[in-house]
Amino acid sequence: MVLDVTWTVKWLTLCAQAMAEHRVELIELDRAIGDSDHGENMDRGFQAVLDKLSESPPETPGAALKLTAMTLMSKVGGAAGPLYGTAFLRAATSLGDAAEIDPAAWAGALTAARDGIVARGKAELGDKTMVDAWTPAAEAAGKAAGNGSTDPLTVLVAAAEAAEAGAVATDPLVARKGRASYLGERSAGHRDPGAASTALLLRAAVKAAA
Amino acid sequence: MTVSIVVVSHSEKIADGAAELAAQMAPDVLILPAGGTSDGRIGTSLEKVMAALDQLSNGGGAVVLADLGSAVMTAESALDLVDNPADVVLADAPLVEGLVAAAVAAQGGGDVQAVKRAAEAVRGPARHPESTAVQEVAEGSVTGSGPDFTGDFELINEAGMHARPAAKIAGGLASLDAEVQVNGVDATSMTALMTLAAGKGSVLHIEAWGVDAERAVNYVGGLVQAGFGEP
Repeated sequence: MVLDVTWTVKWLTLCAQAMAEHRVELIELDRAIGDSDHGENMDRGFQAVLDKLSESPPETPGAALKLTAMTLMSKVGGAAGPLYGTAFLRAATSLGDAAEIDPAAWAGALTAARDGIVARGKAELGDKTMVDAWTPAAEAAGKAAGNGSTDPLTVLVAAAEAAEAGAVATDPLVARKGRASYLGERSAGHRDPGAASTALLLRAAVKAAA
Repeated sequence: MTVSIVVVSHSEKIADGAAELAAQMAPDVLILPAGGTSDGRIGTSLEKVMAALDQLSNGGGAVVLADLGSAVMTAESALDLVDNPADVVLADAPLVEGLVAAAVAAQGGGDVQAVKRAAEAVRGPARHPESTAVQEVAEGSVTGSGPDFTGDFELINEAGMHARPAAKIAGGLASLDAEVQVNGVDATSMTALMTLAAGKGSVLHIEAWGVDAERAVNYVGGLVQAGFGEP
């Protein structure tokens, strides 16, 4: 499996599919501790990404991610727009003009994305935000790539599993950032919607390579 | 070159309304609203903010004000993408008060940093109505550095000190090299001037420090004596 622009577009298409399929679930997670628009916003944002990808097909993985970033920042509307937008933009910059993404590059892109989210949202690990999914994902990808794995799938799987575990681990946390932080202790017992959508997006990356 | 202002809000109506309100105080300042999403929902859109920034071709730079969390993030994302980052800055200020203060400073000829400071200054320590009286009691006490120039002028216009006179005073002083106080409050802060709640017949005590101290006192005095052009 080669992670080229074809894989990237397939990944983004599966992201859109996942956001549509899990729209109601994300709305419900967000209704519990936020303003209940996350599922709808992500669905709308990724549908707009699909339109852009077919309007102007990108030539490299980086170009596809940049197009995604700009579209999400313009179409999502809520906080997820600038956060995911910054994540995809930093990932795109990290990949540059490369035609293919090797395991080390995927780990590098996830780390850049994670750092972008932290810079933009000023959240730290444990604040019950998407950072809690991105951080373990980037670390797991880095570890898998560092172990000398040359199979991209191994690195994609490592990142997706870590993101899923990270999202589940937000359940008992008390939110310290974002709209959920207004709820204080009452935010405990609910999964963070941004961490949940992050896990879905990184799982879609695995499915695109399968 | 006059500094322009971009207003980023979750709501198109808030952005438009705030821009309209501020424009009343600053007729020559380009104030561009970028509120709501491109399909008219509540939210913010990078596209809208970038479109507003693209309209700023006058070279005077721009100050961006934003309302809640994700509007700030969208504004920051836009600033990451502009070609001339030094000329476009984000002010950390309450949207409406900050915008009015920024617009007045821009109208007065302040540069990008001066306009940003004017917006951020409205978040200063809360002023209580009693503080004016406290300032008056303190008057006459000997301080280390007395003002370079002072003047006392009686308000003759019917409405006394309100938003428009405060805007004229603060706006005009923004371009002078002087530190000016009116009855003990910062005269370059429109909101501080308004908290004086000085009615017709009140006397404004102007104290100025710096190179343009005399000009500053004459400027404020001239406005007061002309009744700010009001009945």
